[in-house]
Amino acid sequence: MAESLVLSIYVFVLAIFVGFEVISKVPPLLHTPLMSGSNAISGITVVGSLIAAGEGHAGLSVILGMIAIILATVNVVGGFLVTNRMLEMFKKDTSKTRAANK
Amino acid sequence: MNVLSLFAYLIASVLFIVGLKLMSSPDTARRGNLLGALGMLVAIVTTLTDQAIIDFTFVIIGLIVGGSIGAFLALRVQMTDMPQMVGLLNGFGGGASTLVAYAEYMRIAEGTAIGTVDGLVALVLSLLIGTVTFTGSMIAFAKLQGIMKSAPILYAFQKQINALILLAILVLGALFLIDTSQWYYLLAIIGLSAILGITSVIPIGGADMPVVISLLNSYSGMAAAATGFVLSNNVLIISGTLVGASGIILTNIMCKAMNRSLANVLFAGVGADYTAAATTETEQRTVIRYTPDDAAFMMQNAQSVIIVPGYGLAVAQAQHVLQEMVNILNQKGIQVRYAIHPVAGRMPGHMNVLLAEANAPYDILLEMDQINDDFQNTDVALVVGANDVVNPAARTKKDSPLYGMPILNVDYARTVMVLKRSLNPGFAGEDNELFYDKKTMMIFGDAKATITKLVQLMKQ
Repeated sequence: MAESLVLSIYVFVLAIFVGFEVISKVPPLLHTPLMSGSNAISGITVVGSLIAAGEGHAGLSVILGMIAIILATVNVVGGFLVTNRMLEMFKKDTSKTRAANK
Repeated sequence: MNVLSLFAYLIASVLFIVGLKLMSSPDTARRGNLLGALGMLVAIVTTLTDQAIIDFTFVIIGLIVGGSIGAFLALRVQMTDMPQMVGLLNGFGGGASTLVAYAEYMRIAEGTAIGTVDGLVALVLSLLIGTVTFTGSMIAFAKLQGIMKSAPILYAFQKQINALILLAILVLGALFLIDTSQWYYLLAIIGLSAILGITSVIPIGGADMPVVISLLNSYSGMAAAATGFVLSNNVLIISGTLVGASGIILTNIMCKAMNRSLANVLFAGVGADYTAAATTETEQRTVIRYTPDDAAFMMQNAQSVIIVPGYGLAVAQAQHVLQEMVNILNQKGIQVRYAIHPVAGRMPGHMNVLLAEANAPYDILLEMDQINDDFQNTDVALVVGANDVVNPAARTKKDSPLYGMPILNVDYARTVMVLKRSLNPGFAGEDNELFYDKKTMMIFGDAKATITKLVQLMKQ
């Protein structure tokens, strides 16, 4: 087994723990933005598609790469923007209603 | 790849992790999302400036086209349609993984890239997970968008057929590893994975969609991580894994909230036969009907009100007028809070977004564990468009499909008001004892019309 693979598995396993640790602290209140935001992060595949499309030799792999860029960019841009749009709507109780509650 | 690029990818990974960490509070979540976007920008710019890319034509076309479509979707989508949107984006992420993996195979085949055994194993996995995510998400999207009927589609030997397809994919994968020049094995794997994605989502009914969306979210992350192994790229592995973990956690929360195992959601096709179970013992008993005038009177003379919103609220588009009613009650000095069940809505946390859009401040949106003990000290529990999540049968009736499901204790409140279209049971097909309780006031009709009437009455 190649050493680089073992290192990748290290990264993978540690990332699992980080992921569980970080995500389990997100309150249910924010689960929808969490999903769309993490969704945008999974569009990181765009990095792979950039390499496939931009390597400079013609042929099918470039076309596949370009379609992959389109899909991944929709994922990235759409995901981050819609998450931002949602999070903008979450506001604290304003002083007016707060005072009335008492 | 040069060392500088590797460090830039590390920075991107850290930004993703910190960004997700800031999602733990509504005060910092927006900043967290921006950090995530910044991380993505760093990753993209790093890749573009790395020497590997020499032809920018297709890259720029792809980025512009994808970016425009993404921005258009994000700015236009209705908040009620968020589950579809996330489903669609999941699918695109998965599709991208498949394409990248196949393009990488083509580079290996023509000698531009080196194919190691573990890289090729990851390649097969990447094609499998990516394609299942893509077609599964498209089916979920079609069901949620109403293009397809949301009822489960069931047929004989469903589980066995899916297992067989998966087995065939694995066999083809093994054959491919023995002779990697056989590209048509890969095409067959993609084809079968596409079928598997479809056949595993069609048997899942509308009410179980939160689970499916969460699971597909997890898959899209795992697909990205698998692609990371194909390309030996750590930023893909890290971010993909984070998303994979996130999706698994959410899937688990949804399953617990519905008192079902994941296997049960995926294979049982619940919701298919609920009409048959629904007709039992509904006829004999009567409920007490009240008018909006009664309800308005009760609420205005209460000290505390807890509102339990269900998806019916969103279907009736009544959340804005409901919040208007809350504001009126607040002005009269009545404490009003919302109790949100984990499965209220069509995806995790969906109801919170819908209420936030209606300007409900997030500190009165309380989750089940935070508010369940308060019902006994509450004058009025107002249930709007929810059913199964307030059904006391979940506590008492051992033979009920709901038994054991965590519910909101509305029946402990002094008075319960239920706004409902009809007496039809919820998705689980279980009749709701709560509706026949002496302290329950049933108000039939369209939620929006009823609440609009309540607002008018309270304004007088």
